[in-house]
Amino acid sequence: MTIFIIRRFSQSLFVVFLTSLLVFVGVYAIGNPVDILIPADASFAEREAAIRALGLDRSLVAQYGTFLVNALHGDFGRSFVFNQPAISLIFQRLPATLELAFVALTIALMLGIPLGLIAGLKPRSVTDETIMTGSILGFSLPNFWQGMMLIMIFSVWLGWLPSSGRGETGEIFGIATSLASWDGLAHLILPATNLALFQLSLVIRLTRTGVRETMPLDFIKFARAKGLSERRIISVHVMKNILIPIVTVVGMEFGSLIAFAVVTETIFAWPGIGKLLIDSITVLDRPVVVAYLLVVVTMFIFINLAVDIVYSMLDPRIRLSETQ
Amino acid sequence: MTLKVENLCTYFFTRAGVAKAVDGVSFEVGRGEILGLVGESGSGKSITGFSVLGLVDPPGRIAGGRILFHGEDLVGRSQGEMRSLRGKKIAMIFQDPMMTLNPVLSIETQMVETVRAHDRVSKAEARARAVEALGLVGIPSPDERLAAYPHQFSGGMRQRVAIAMALLHRPELIIADEPTTALDVTIQSQILAVIQGLSRDFGMSLIWISHDLGVVAGLAHRIAVMYAGRIVETGETDTVLDNPVHPYTIGLMRSVPANLERGEPLTPIPGMAPPPLGRPAGCPFRLRCFAATAACKTEPEETAADGHRWRCFHPQIARAA
Repeated sequence: MTIFIIRRFSQSLFVVFLTSLLVFVGVYAIGNPVDILIPADASFAEREAAIRALGLDRSLVAQYGTFLVNALHGDFGRSFVFNQPAISLIFQRLPATLELAFVALTIALMLGIPLGLIAGLKPRSVTDETIMTGSILGFSLPNFWQGMMLIMIFSVWLGWLPSSGRGETGEIFGIATSLASWDGLAHLILPATNLALFQLSLVIRLTRTGVRETMPLDFIKFARAKGLSERRIISVHVMKNILIPIVTVVGMEFGSLIAFAVVTETIFAWPGIGKLLIDSITVLDRPVVVAYLLVVVTMFIFINLAVDIVYSMLDPRIRLSETQ
Repeated sequence: MTLKVENLCTYFFTRAGVAKAVDGVSFEVGRGEILGLVGESGSGKSITGFSVLGLVDPPGRIAGGRILFHGEDLVGRSQGEMRSLRGKKIAMIFQDPMMTLNPVLSIETQMVETVRAHDRVSKAEARARAVEALGLVGIPSPDERLAAYPHQFSGGMRQRVAIAMALLHRPELIIADEPTTALDVTIQSQILAVIQGLSRDFGMSLIWISHDLGVVAGLAHRIAVMYAGRIVETGETDTVLDNPVHPYTIGLMRSVPANLERGEPLTPIPGMAPPPLGRPAGCPFRLRCFAATAACKTEPEETAADGHRWRCFHPQIARAA
C-alpha cells in the first residue's frame, strides 16, 4: 500500500510536469496578451515597457524555465489583469466551485442510488419506465437551457428560490461555505440541482444495470437459501457489488463536474473558478490559465488515487499490489 | 417422514406458453435418508429442489401439488414463513462453488449473517459457531481462514465453505444441487465423503441432485430418475441400478463408460431431451426410445412393484433379469 502510494506519487509528479509543459506551450500559442491588455492608443515605448515588464520579450524556453523555477517555489506568477498572485486568485474561487460540485455529487448519489435500485428491482414496471424516461431527459437536456428553466420555474414563477449569486456564507471549521446559513442553502439549491441532473441520470442507470446484473447471480440465490432477509440481501450483498462500478465512474465524473460547472456558474452567476477561467481565457491572462489547469490536473490525480483506494476497499480481489 | 412431495407441478408462464418444468413429481425422503435425483440438464431436477425451498424465480411458480415438511404443507406459505425455514430447517448447496459465495464479502461476514438470520446471538458466538462448522467440513485452521475472501480459496475449499454454511443450523434436510459437478475427481470424492459422514452423524436427510449415476450409486439409498419434468423410475438404489426397467434409465446406464467392458462401444441415447415447451404428447421419451410403440402416444401411468415404481408401457423386466 505504502509503496503503491509512493510509486503513484512519483508518476503523478511526472504527469504534472508534462501538463505544465503542454499548457505553457498551448497558452503561448493562443495569442499575445499585450494586444489585449494595452490600450489601442498606447505609444510604442509604453508597449515595449509592458512587454518587458511581463517578461514576454524572452524566448519560450527562457519563459518556461523561469516559470518552472518559480512554480517549484510555489509562485505561479501574477495575474496580468488583477495583478495578484494567480494561485491565490484561484484558491479564493475554488471553494465555491468545490462546494457546488460536492453538493451536486451528493444529490446525484442520494437520489440516484435509491431510484436506480427501485428501477432495477422492478424492471419493466411503470415505476421503472418512469424513472428511466426521466433519466433520458437528464442526459439529453442541454445544461444551459435546463438551468434557465429552473430559474424560470422556481425563481420567476414560484418565487421560492433566488436565481443568482452565492448568498450569505458562514464558516464551518474555518471554511467559508453556503451550507452554514439558510440564505446560502437557498442560493445553492438551484445551481447544484442543475449541475447534478446529468450525474443523477448516470448514477440511476449504473445502479439499475448493476442490480439487473447482480440479482440473477447464484450468490444472491444462495443468500436467499440461507434465509437472509431481502433487505439484507439488497443492502449488503447487492449494494457492495454494484458500488464498484459506481465509485469508478463517479470518481472520474467528479472532474468533469468541476469542468462543467463553468456553464452552471455562468447562468447562476456563481462566483466560482469556472467563471474565472473563462474570463482569463478571453483576456489571455496566461498565469491564471496555466495555474488553473495545473490545479485541476492535480485534483484529478488525487481523485483517481482516492478512487483506487476506495476500489480496493470494496473489492477484496483487487489488491494495491506491491509486487509488480 | 421428513419430506413428502406429492404431485408437484412447477410451471413457467412465459409469453411463448406454459413451460411445465416440473410436471407431477412425487417422492419422499425419510430421516437420515439420501435420495438421489438423477436426470439430464433440463429434466427439472434443480427446479424441483428450488420448489421445495420456495425459491422459484418468476415467471415460474408452483402450480399444484403439495410439499409436506413434517406433514405441513409448504406450498402457499408466505415468503416470510419460508425465509424462517430456509437455512434453518432446510438448507441448500449449489452446483458451482465459484459462484455461490459473494466475492466482495469475507467468509466471516457471510457465515455470521447466516447464523444471525435465524438466531439472536452475539457476533462472537456466531463467529464461534462459524469456526466450528468450518472445522467440521475439514478446513484447516478455520479460525484464521474466516477472515479470508472467497477468491483466496480453491474450488473444493469454497464448496466446503458453502457446505459449512449449510450446516450452521444443523438443518434436517439438505438439498444438494450437483455440488461436485464442477470439481476435480479427487476433490469430488473428498466432498462426497464429508457430506456422507455429516448426514450419518447428524441424521440429516439429503436430496442429492446429479446427472452422474456413478456418484449417486455410491451415495444414495434411493434413486429417482427424472425425465422431462417427471420421475420415470424410482426405487432402492440397488434395485434400480441392478434391474432398471425404464428404457431411459437403461440408456443413462449405457452412457456411463465405467459400466462397460473395455472396447465395448458406448451407446448414447439418440436425440436430445425435448424443450419444456415442445414436449411430445404421451410418453415424453418415446421419440428417443428403442422400445416405443403406438401405445406410447398416450400417457403411461405409474406401475409399482415392491417399492420399485416406473412410468412405461414397455418395462424391460425380462431384458434386465
